[in-house]
Amino acid sequence: MNALQLYGRYIGVSVQAQMQYKISFGLQTLGHLGVTAIEFLGIWVLFARFGQLADWSIAEVALFYGLINMAFACADALGRGFDSFGKLVQNGDFDRLLLRPRSTVLQILGTELTLKRFGRLIQGLVIIGWSLSTLQIALTLPVLWLLSAAFVGSVALFCGIVIFQATLTFWTIESLEIMNILTYGGVETAQYPFSIYGRWFQRFFTFIVPLACVSYLPLLGVLNRASEFGVPLWVCFLSPWSGIVFLLLALRLWRIGERYYCSTGS
Amino acid sequence: MEESKQLACNLSAYRSLFVARFVLLLQYRTAALAGIATQLFWGLIKVMVLAAFFSSSAEAQPMTLSQAVSYVWLGQALLVAVVPWSGDREIQAMIRSGAVGYDLLRPTDLYSFWLTRALAMRTAPVVLRALPLLTISLLLFPTLELNEWALAVPDSAAALIAFLLALIGAIVLSAALTMLLTVSMLWTISGEGINHLFPTLIIVFSGMIIPLPLFPDWMQPLLAVLPFSGLLDQPFCLFVGSLPPSALGQVLTHQAIWISIIILFGRWLVKRGVQRLVIQGG
Repeated sequence: MNALQLYGRYIGVSVQAQMQYKISFGLQTLGHLGVTAIEFLGIWVLFARFGQLADWSIAEVALFYGLINMAFACADALGRGFDSFGKLVQNGDFDRLLLRPRSTVLQILGTELTLKRFGRLIQGLVIIGWSLSTLQIALTLPVLWLLSAAFVGSVALFCGIVIFQATLTFWTIESLEIMNILTYGGVETAQYPFSIYGRWFQRFFTFIVPLACVSYLPLLGVLNRASEFGVPLWVCFLSPWSGIVFLLLALRLWRIGERYYCSTGS
Repeated sequence: MEESKQLACNLSAYRSLFVARFVLLLQYRTAALAGIATQLFWGLIKVMVLAAFFSSSAEAQPMTLSQAVSYVWLGQALLVAVVPWSGDREIQAMIRSGAVGYDLLRPTDLYSFWLTRALAMRTAPVVLRALPLLTISLLLFPTLELNEWALAVPDSAAALIAFLLALIGAIVLSAALTMLLTVSMLWTISGEGINHLFPTLIIVFSGMIIPLPLFPDWMQPLLAVLPFSGLLDQPFCLFVGSLPPSALGQVLTHQAIWISIIILFGRWLVKRGVQRLVIQGG
């Protein structure tokens, strides 16, 4: 069985397990939808009070908001196993994974595909739809390319961050909550256009953690505002790939960390 | 005579419980450190977003940027103290496992026993998280020459005292609301639904996400009546000067009314819940 088939099998089992409690699943998804919808209410309140954010309209901000939330929902659902990886290390269960003749990354990815996260995904999708139709952006081929590249790049980046966070547990044993700054904090940050933030902040999220590269830059292309900020259009098309590069680096680091793994023995 | 002795004995039991829980919760220092770093980052984003919004409009707003920034830092610092994020997870786990039977056997009033735990749970973070974060936001930014990002001290000593008194009310209110969440577990064993949805409503309507004075004018009367403004908004407005210190009486009355309602409701819930409680496991 190849890796992809095996992953499919893992996910199939996980989905079946979650579908055992259909009502609970439905309620949780609805709950997630409601919770994230309330978050958008906060942005609406500020626009109702101030009219605009620098020279961004609410429909434009909605595009940033929707995309980053969709991407995070997917990455969160996919990377659930890495998120709870600290426990695997603490009680020594990771040893079992090492004994199996498959890559540990695949096995951990297969732990769970969290379906209830789709509440956030749906909300993001609705808001992107509203934004695109309000701004009357035609879905031409370049626009579709930019949107999907931004989406794929952001999912890859968030997966990379979660894997990086899990990798650190090889050394620290304890899971580092502080890394939530990059995941949840990243979502909060990228909900708004990066131009409103301070210089150093923008640089950090461009060159160290390429959050601006995967969301802000390609969406500037979609909104047709790249030239205003002195960004060449080709950068918008290429920058989302940095998310995938980040993910590959994180996987590399994971392999190094794995070699340093020392079982807690419990 | 006998009765007052009984009462004194009871009170000292609650006081010991409070002190024990409080000291226990002070042990989680690494978690608090991570929490402080996270809150600092979160506060920075909020401050930068608010600064960008304030500079986009020339109109006079219900509060100044400096007031809004102080409001944000107070919120980040007191986040765990005044927002009832969840019920007491240990009690909830006990209800699920059936170990709650032990608490039922104690010769103390169940509601007061649990409320005391909730009070300790909300007070410990003030020492552990709020004081360090307030110091950082007060002193760090001015040294970086980012004065407009810093927490500003209140205009008068009266404002500070009014804030501190209202903060005590806020913590009691928060503990009472925590109890509602804890007790919801007596009804729904999984407890996921309400424990997720209720805190979300609270963070919006208390002013945690966006300062309440910035909400649309037509929503203001509603926001003022709801209990949640007593958690953050009203004490913070006393601090930043959006409310004069003379409004303290009003703020405390609002809090007191809601605390009584919520405690009465919570007591009733516990009483009904215990009557129909099935001890799990065996």
